[in-house]
Amino acid sequence: MTEVPQPPHKRRAHTSTRDLERYAGLFAERTTVMRSSAMRDLMAVTARPEVISLAGGLPDTSTFPPQSFAAQMTKIAQESAAAALQYGPTEGFDETKDCIVEVMAAEGMLPDPDDICITTGGQQAIDLVTKTLVDPGDVVICEAPTYPGAVPVFCSYQADVRQIEIDDDGMRIDLLEELLEELRAEGRRPKFVYTVPTFQNPAGVTLSLERRARLVELARLHELLVVEDNPYGMLRYGGEALPPLYQLDGGDFVIYLGTFSKILSPGIRLGWAVAPPPVLEKIVLGKGAADLCTSTLTQFFVRQYFAEGGWRRYVEDLVELYKGRRDTMLEALTEHFPAAATWTEPAGGLFIWATLPDYIDTGDLLAKALRSDVAFVPGTAAYVDERGKNSMRLNFSGVTDAEIREGIKRIGRVIKEQVDLYETLAPSQGSAADALAGSPKSEPGTPGREAEDVPVDSVVVPFRQTGRQ
Amino acid sequence: MKVAVLKGGRSLERGVSLRSGARVEDALDRLGHEVVPIDAGADLVKRLRAERPDVAFVAMHGAGGEDGTVQELLELLGIPFTGPGAAACARSIDKVLAKAAMRAAAIPTPDSFAFTQTAFRDLGAADALGDLEGTLGFPLVVKPSRGGSSLGVKFAGAPSEVPGALVAAFSYDDRVMLERFVSGRELAVSVLGSEPLPIVEAIPAEGDPYDFEARYEIGRTHFVCPADLSPTERAAVTDAALATCQALGCEGFARVDLILAADGPWVLEANAIPGLTDTSLLPQAAEAAGMSFENLVEQILHLAMAPSGVS
Repeated sequence: MTEVPQPPHKRRAHTSTRDLERYAGLFAERTTVMRSSAMRDLMAVTARPEVISLAGGLPDTSTFPPQSFAAQMTKIAQESAAAALQYGPTEGFDETKDCIVEVMAAEGMLPDPDDICITTGGQQAIDLVTKTLVDPGDVVICEAPTYPGAVPVFCSYQADVRQIEIDDDGMRIDLLEELLEELRAEGRRPKFVYTVPTFQNPAGVTLSLERRARLVELARLHELLVVEDNPYGMLRYGGEALPPLYQLDGGDFVIYLGTFSKILSPGIRLGWAVAPPPVLEKIVLGKGAADLCTSTLTQFFVRQYFAEGGWRRYVEDLVELYKGRRDTMLEALTEHFPAAATWTEPAGGLFIWATLPDYIDTGDLLAKALRSDVAFVPGTAAYVDERGKNSMRLNFSGVTDAEIREGIKRIGRVIKEQVDLYETLAPSQGSAADALAGSPKSEPGTPGREAEDVPVDSVVVPFRQTGRQ
Repeated sequence: MKVAVLKGGRSLERGVSLRSGARVEDALDRLGHEVVPIDAGADLVKRLRAERPDVAFVAMHGAGGEDGTVQELLELLGIPFTGPGAAACARSIDKVLAKAAMRAAAIPTPDSFAFTQTAFRDLGAADALGDLEGTLGFPLVVKPSRGGSSLGVKFAGAPSEVPGALVAAFSYDDRVMLERFVSGRELAVSVLGSEPLPIVEAIPAEGDPYDFEARYEIGRTHFVCPADLSPTERAAVTDAALATCQALGCEGFARVDLILAADGPWVLEANAIPGLTDTSLLPQAAEAAGMSFENLVEQILHLAMAPSGVS
């Protein structure tokens, strides 16, 4: 194994116990909710090269042609080196915003470029929106499970996070309505509803049209903001596209978050937020405080890349590639996961969410899986509470077909060992009926369900009913 | 002196080990030693042969580094190394073997039963689980026999929780231990050579006393060193820890974890390679004894170069 070269004469003074106590006395209250854990250490092991990692959320950047990258960067160096190496406006360059308008138009939206703030990745957009809207103790509503990367953001602003169960059609809006009523009775007003309505991370499900309409209606009724995070909308592998919430609402109560990470590259760290002008103004002020501006260089790169006009073709290539990988993973799941497991069948995006019998803790399962050199994200990462213990997120975009097959085979083997063991330990409890208890699914065992009501974007089906849609 | 720092490896505690290793390297560097950091992988023997270090500092935790594997290799290669020898490591990391050694030496340790997966699969051991109520009682603690930190350790508050806890523990090892839960103050005694360092007490800052993960976090657990104990209590705890090191054959250094209950100390386990990170207990204990981290590292090296001062 090669060693990372050490800087010479490293002379950092050691932290003594007294130092620790002293630092601990200086930490802000919000750091108490930023937790490290043994489980996080476990995730460090997933980075070993021999591990097949289905844990990441990585797009496959190897598909981007290096010659094209080199040509564009050369052009920037030759034609606009000084400007590209300079600071830029906090809200981003107009020319890059034009590219964003083009991307949003491709999904049926017509934003005013003045409503856009370019951010350092979509992650910063989530951070800035929360920073702008949330005081400690304020209620933020999101899906259960939600995007694992949003959890630490909400927690670090000390939000009171409420998670709403999802099913095949996305967030249960009826439960959202109940919660809103409850909060109103308590005299509390939630600040926003955060949702990934299309090909949700981590569950892969998509909010139905009917629920989209109702959500937008509720936002108006309660005068609350909906934060629509849409990194995956263009990665559709089947079915008809549904209108984004932003389009349905017209941008009055919906803040839209987008990113180039999944359609171009996460390494360029370019995302954006579209918000009503008064909100945007605060977001831009917050962004100025955070990092002055988003990388000028990568904004130039996007402009250059879009000027060539091939971006849609590249997205089509990605869709082709990921669709194949999703199919490979679904086939492998059918072949290798035990009867008691269920999983989503996403019509787009990067993830499949699998749920195991409730006696299996996927955190412990990960430790066992790592002994077989395979990794996934344990479900608890997608919740602020103890839920999700028996679920896992599986990524299919950043791994090859061969790795997917082998990885799922290995995970299937360790699950089977645990199922067998449990059935030996508790013969009366380990039956398949009990094992079907799980999260994002609606009556998966109901006969005829598929025939009468096949959702466009996702269906959770038990083993042996799994098939192409 | 040329010191190879062995760290990382394939264990689940790789992350902690890398932090321990980095801190040790830094201290060795400050002490003026020539440091050779080695992330223990398939080329470990080749690298050790090529580098020919005077001594190896073992900063590995968990499987591979703390179970005697690396120690056995170092013994074979004739390279002196820090911490206990291969046999002591193998005994300490295996809670079942360690308990047997402790019982043989009349050291108080909570009652327990150990099972392998085979026992359940082939011998119908599940049928015996009902007897736990009358023997260990509830709540009880289920642990993987080999494994460090809190991974896979679960409380079972009732018989119905035992199967799930067993499945979890079996994720980490093929043998698990069910142990009587002893309630009391949580203490750790670090032993350097044959000298006990000041005792550390871990006081959970909040919430669930059964949350093992909280113990490893600053802010969620408060550590007091030296622990506020009466002279009698201190003597009883220290004696139990030293006897444990002796029973397991731990030379160099080790950390013994105990519970101080109303009826005296109960030894839970000994760690042959305790953590050496910024938040680890051994460095805290050394500091309370007036020893800087550099002093501690120097002492550990010294013990490795001139062993067998301990019986």
